[in-house]
Amino acid sequence: MSEISNQLESLSYKAQQIANEASQLASSVAETSGGHSDFIIFGITVLVLACFVGYYVVWSVTPALHSPLMGVTNAISSVIIVGALLAAGPVDTNISKYFGLVAVTLAAVNIFGGFVVTNRMLSMFKKKQ
Amino acid sequence: MSTLTTAAYLVSSVLFILSLRGLSHPSTARRGNFLGILGMAIAIVTTLSNPGVLSYKEIGIAFLIGGLIGTSIAVKIQMTALPQLVAAFHSLVGLAAVFVAASAYYNPSAFNIGAVGSIPMGSLIEMSIGTAIGAVTFTGSIIAFGKLQGFVSGNPLVFKGQHFINLLLGLGIIALIVKFCIDQNQELFWLIVFASFVIGVLLIVPIGGADMPVIVSMLNSYSGWAAAGIGFTLSNNLLIITGALVGSSGAILSYIMCKGMNRSFLNVLLGGFGGEQAASAGGVKDDRQAKQGNAADAAFMMKNSKTIIIVPGYGMAVAQAQHALREMGDLLKAAGAEVRYAIHPVAGRMPGHMNVLLAEANVPYDEVLELDEINRDFSETDVAFVIGANDVTNPAAKTDKTSAIYGMPILDVENAGQVFFVKRGMASGYAGVQNELFFRDNTLMLFGDAKKVCEDIIKGLEN
Repeated sequence: MSEISNQLESLSYKAQQIANEASQLASSVAETSGGHSDFIIFGITVLVLACFVGYYVVWSVTPALHSPLMGVTNAISSVIIVGALLAAGPVDTNISKYFGLVAVTLAAVNIFGGFVVTNRMLSMFKKKQ
Repeated sequence: MSTLTTAAYLVSSVLFILSLRGLSHPSTARRGNFLGILGMAIAIVTTLSNPGVLSYKEIGIAFLIGGLIGTSIAVKIQMTALPQLVAAFHSLVGLAAVFVAASAYYNPSAFNIGAVGSIPMGSLIEMSIGTAIGAVTFTGSIIAFGKLQGFVSGNPLVFKGQHFINLLLGLGIIALIVKFCIDQNQELFWLIVFASFVIGVLLIVPIGGADMPVIVSMLNSYSGWAAAGIGFTLSNNLLIITGALVGSSGAILSYIMCKGMNRSFLNVLLGGFGGEQAASAGGVKDDRQAKQGNAADAAFMMKNSKTIIIVPGYGMAVAQAQHALREMGDLLKAAGAEVRYAIHPVAGRMPGHMNVLLAEANVPYDEVLELDEINRDFSETDVAFVIGANDVTNPAAKTDKTSAIYGMPILDVENAGQVFFVKRGMASGYAGVQNELFFRDNTLMLFGDAKKVCEDIIKGLEN
């Protein structure tokens, strides 16, 4: 019994060592390759693929709903609020923060306006009774 | 970005895609809109939980103010004014993009892109391109809004050397961007913004009011690309994916609109088409007489018809005639006729505008058909009732190679047994082309305000 527990102990020690090494390796990889310059090519990949998704999804939208489509796309393009929130986030007050707050307000007008008006349009589309 | 944050943004992106997918049919569309809202809520909450975001109070106030403004506008807006509302909303996305980029420039550490004066080149390129697109979207949308709302004349504003100036300005902006990426100078940043504001105005002023569906869609596309540009600055895939979705959506809509007019996108962009100039230029004096009818005749003939197709156009929206039109349709249905509506792709001032207006007037969506779906049926139809449309019914588009609208797909109303044409006067349509249909034997003109004519026909039907 004691032999097994000893073996287990040494095994777990080894496992820990390996894990440590792996994490060190991972962080050094992240340092060398995780910089911003690599995001560009990654981002372009995402952009191109998303354009294809957009192409097929938008062509499947029925022409009768093209106005609501513009309403929804208008609202979701305000996802730019993510950037606005980060800009407005810091505690210290400076010009950058004010820009961020203005952008939050503008994007909020769009988010609420876009989704509400789309909902209004869609609630009017009814089938023949 | 933590794994959890990235995962949450991914969920948001997928919800946005599903939201657009929901619009493939009216029955799933409202759920689609709800998924969009959910995606946006997840994106906002995720960002708020970022350790760098601390000033909840100010953000809350800004968000509340914006939300209240947006909601109150959206609740009150008349459906006929949708195109200008959408244009106005696009301008806000553009301006927000400019502000986010400016903020990133003055406080890059909040976005993890270095410090002031030492922002990496890649981020500078993305930032300045995002700024330029955002600024063009802002002023371009404001001009489009002005034209649709009537603040600015809907006539194209053309002057000599216009395209040359635009070209110079465009090259100037590129040069500024290059210089800005090297110097990181703040004057250069604001010069890029200013020059883009100017080119945004100049690009849209030469474009006529009825070409606005293409322009509104194009600006829709721009607002998407602006968001994608900011997404690169933030290294945020959600913004890139959403930007690409919106960008391709707007591009496809502009393509559909251009095809609906048989014009190239470039031809629309170069502008100068339509308005009063074209109307007078194309005005070869026509001495032919069009047959004129009255509402009582129309009521009598339609009451005795089996099949009726109504062709609405922008004139119906201007006269707010959709409710009276639907009432007329209901009476005809009660009298035993089959009533359907035919929508041309470029009817109205924004894609799908007519469908919304008819839906607002309680016309069931399965009675409203697109050009491809209904065009063959005109030859088996007793009555075609054209109200507020003109160029989209002109048979010259099929036969007259010299016509400005040659090649444009049209609704074949001339094949119907009898055509009623509701119009205020004999003036030609947007393209400045005389409509051959007015002089056909089977056409009766009903002169007057669209709403008034419908009401008179209703009276005739009730007697």
